[in-house]
Parts: sequence; C-alpha cells; structure tokens
Amino acid sequence: MSSSTAPIITSEVPAPFDPWSIRSRFPVLTREVRPGVPLVYLDNAATSLKPWSVIRAVQSYDTEFTANVHRGLHTLSEEATAAYEEARTSVARYIHARDESEIIFTRGTTESINLVALSFGRTRLQPGDEIVLTALEHHANLVPWLMLARERGVVLRYAELHPDGTLDLDSLDRQIGSRTRLVAFSGMSNVLGTLLPIAEIVARAQAVGAATLLDAAQLVAHGPLDVAALGVDFAAFSGHKMFGPTGIGILYGRRERLEAMPPVLGGGDMVLEVHRDRAEWNELPYKFEAGTPPIAQAIGLGAAVQFLAELDWDAITAHQQQLVASAQARLASISGVRLFSAPAYQNGGVVSFTVDGVHPHDLAQILDRRGVAIRAGQHCAMPLHETLGIPASARASFCLYNCQSEVESLAQAVEYACSVFHRSDSRSPNAARKSPADG
Amino acid sequence: MVDDFYREEILDHSQSSPYRGRLDRPDLVADGVNPLCGDRIHLELGLAPDGTIGAVRFDGSGCAISQASASMLAEQLEGKSADEARRFDRQAMLDLLGIPLTPARQKCCLLAWKTLQKALESASSTPAPTADVPAPCPRH
Repeated sequence: MSSSTAPIITSEVPAPFDPWSIRSRFPVLTREVRPGVPLVYLDNAATSLKPWSVIRAVQSYDTEFTANVHRGLHTLSEEATAAYEEARTSVARYIHARDESEIIFTRGTTESINLVALSFGRTRLQPGDEIVLTALEHHANLVPWLMLARERGVVLRYAELHPDGTLDLDSLDRQIGSRTRLVAFSGMSNVLGTLLPIAEIVARAQAVGAATLLDAAQLVAHGPLDVAALGVDFAAFSGHKMFGPTGIGILYGRRERLEAMPPVLGGGDMVLEVHRDRAEWNELPYKFEAGTPPIAQAIGLGAAVQFLAELDWDAITAHQQQLVASAQARLASISGVRLFSAPAYQNGGVVSFTVDGVHPHDLAQILDRRGVAIRAGQHCAMPLHETLGIPASARASFCLYNCQSEVESLAQAVEYACSVFHRSDSRSPNAARKSPADG
Repeated sequence: MVDDFYREEILDHSQSSPYRGRLDRPDLVADGVNPLCGDRIHLELGLAPDGTIGAVRFDGSGCAISQASASMLAEQLEGKSADEARRFDRQAMLDLLGIPLTPARQKCCLLAWKTLQKALESASSTPAPTADVPAPCPRH
C-alpha cells in the first residue's frame, strides 16, 4: 500500500471493504476455468462480471413483460416502457444529470462518442478547428475524431503524459488554445489505470469556451460519477464495464448541447411527425434513439446502477488502491518485469506490464492455464503503446470483487511463466532435428 | 521448468532457431502480419536448379507460437519440391506444431504457413527457373 505517497491525508479511515462480502453475488466467480482450477478474473477493464440482480433484471423482460416500448397500449408494453424509463431515471440520478432528457441510451461508449462526432462534430466544427485529446486515449475516443479530421479538416492535438503515466497539465496548456472547440479525454486509462484530473481539464477547456467530452468507460466502474459537479458537456460509458449487460451504453449530454444537435440515425421513435416530404424530430432524449432499443439490456443497466449506488465507495476506493499497490510491488519484485501503470493513489485499478523474453500473448496463455484471466496486446490503445515504445503489454485489471489472494495468484503465475521461458540449463540451444541448408 | 504446452522443442525453435536470418540471394520472399497480435514473419526461400527448395530463412517478431511455427515450417520445407510444399496444407501445419490451439492462437501458428502461400503464389506467377535456361530472379 502506497499510502505514504498519497497526497491527500484523510483524518477518517474508512472501514475496510471486504470483497468476500460481495463475491457471492457474482455467479461467474464461483466457476472453475477447468476442473480444479478456480477462476482469477483480472480482465475487468475489458468487461466486468454481472451480479445476480442484473442477470435477473435482464431475464425479467424476457420472462414477464416482453413488449416493445413507447408503442403499445397493452399491459405488457406499459410494463416494459415503465421498466425501460425507470432505468433511464436510475442512470440520471446516479450520475447527477438534471433529468432524464440528458440520458441517451446507445450501444456503448463507442457509439456514444461516435454520436457526438457525427452530430456535434459535423455541425459545429469547421476546418482548422481543433480537438484536444490526450496521449492515453482508447481507440473509441480517437478513431471517431480521426474520421472527423479526415472529413472536415479538423485538427487533432494531444496532451502528453509524465513518465509515471499521469497527465502533463503543462502539455495540456500548450495544446489548448483559441481554436480549441472540444477537449475529449478519458477519465481513467484502460492501460495505465491513470485517474485523470477531470476538474482541471474541464476548467482549462471552459476558459477558452471549448466543449468537453468525458470518456468514462473505465471510470464509471471504479467510483461515483457526478457530471454536474465535473461540469462536462458530454460523458460516455458502457453498461458491460459497470457490471451491466453488453449492447447498452449511455451518452450523457447537457440539454443545451443536445438540443442544438441534429439526430444521427433516422427511423421510428425519434420523430413526432412524418410526412412524404418532411419529418419533425422527437424531443430529448428520444431524438437520438431511432428504432427499437436494447430494452432488456437497458433494464439490466438500471439494475447495475442500483447495485453501484448502494456501495460504500470510500472503502472500495481504498480497497482498489491497495490491490494496485500490492500488485505493483509484487510484480516489480520479479526479475524481468517492467511495469507500465500510474502510481496506486492515482490509479483506478489497472496494472500493465511486460516480462523480458516472454511475449504478452504467451504470458496470457500460461496464466490462463492457471485460471488467471488477463488481457494481452495493445488494448485498443496503439498510439499509447507507440509512446511507451512497446509492441504490446499484459494487463491485469482489478475491480471491487478482487481480493489480495488473487494478486498472489497473478504473481505466482507470472513467476511460473518466467521459469518456463527463462531456462537456465546449459544444453545446446538448437532443437532443430537437422541442420539448415546454407544460404 | 518444463511446461506441457510450451514444450522444450517449441521454446528452442522460438528462442534460438538456426533458420532465423536472411539468404544472400533469395528466390522467393514474402511478408506476413497478424494484426491481432502484431506478429510479423519475413520468409525467404532459395530454390535449387531443379526447383526444389534449397534453403529457407525467416525473420520476425511475435509470440513464441508464431516464431516456433516459422522455424518448424522452415525445417520441414528444406529439400521439398515446390509441389510438396504446396501440398503441405493448413492442417499439416497445425499438426506439425502439435499442441492444441484455440482459434485465436491458431492464427499465430498459421502466420508463417500463410506467408509461405504468398511466396509460392509469387512463384507460380513467374516462370520457374530451369537448369538449361537461367531465369531472372523473380524479385528484381
């Protein structure tokens, strides 16, 4: 635990969070990967496991009130619509939106950010206008802007990182200027775990009148999200990384922004009136929800938000920092391991690393055979890996249900991988059964 | 420590293959990339006057499976005729590596083999060199 380096010293020590108090709510945590090999799930940055409350909420739509929403007058349709809109209300309350009109259901973070690029970006940005990103963005908050840059001649600028993986605010100051129209940034890096200084970034954007978009895909599973306090114009996140279902996500937008934006997809439900030669758009948020939405998944997301709202986040934050700190310390003690992650006190729960002489894919495969699920590769962040100067990395990502014994399982599996690949025998290193022909 | 998946033979081939390197005058050259993993293979074949594969070298970077597969394929190919090389199919490559692979890892194993197919394709689109009529190197 790196509490000695923490800049904030709180007088009140929260009661420690016991992950075992919550693990039984997640059925996948009880499975074995193979007979006798329990699951150690450390791939939460890719997707989180689902609690029973979410599973049952999704199931209730298919077993009790299957119907389309906003259309029928029969009982089932009314029940489905009520459950769907209740989920929207839960999300609005949880993230402190002003009301439900600011909560748009999408397929996920990627679609949410694309919606902003296709609507706000296409109509509000002119050639030469600038969008400021950071060096640690996920492709979801990068490629839509690259596409917009190609289409509209918008210029992308990048704020750099400090060597410890935290954001260099001086670099951000140099990138933000009078041509900046949008600052789009991740609240938490999916590779380095870095928690970004959101308030400082928003203040700098607002100083030049630029809009702000928060990619909260990682952040939202690791602590409360208060869009009102943060003052962001847009926030995007996915259900499946916050203990909810796949195929559902949220775009939060300040009402004034959303009202000024044209719809992106046309179809049923997003219109008030349609004639042969014209159509009138529906009110918010329906203007941006064309066609039948993922109803069961939205209801499941509502259950996930209720699960999150009941948690003691002070204690969980301390727990997650402790997992990161012990994983960093334990992995650093293994010869050949190089760590790429932010300091624990500024880290939401991700530890990325490389092992000399062991490709991350081989490492992930060896770990999997010991039940330890991690991700290997570039984690949809190729520019960040170019900045770090590594072709790929291994990533262990923690969340509230992970426990200290799983850190030890991870470390022991990495040690085993080292022992397999770093053979210390003196035998001739030539396995070929025959000699190669001369060139 | 010996792992039953990353057997000694696979580690030897990936870490210190005698087939890693370049030929002075390769007749067939091809490159392959696995975008998912970033694995890269550069394959060079030298043909004997009778058209058989004389020497094989590879270069590249990536996981142990991709690099070991390239080395084991090179070992298989030397001395084979072009027809024999063409008959060495996908399944033969997976059997050669000899460990059970998930679909994602099969791509790693098959990268060198796919690169070989590219090299052989480039050969069939140009006249094969014969003993009495020296053909220009197809890579010029």
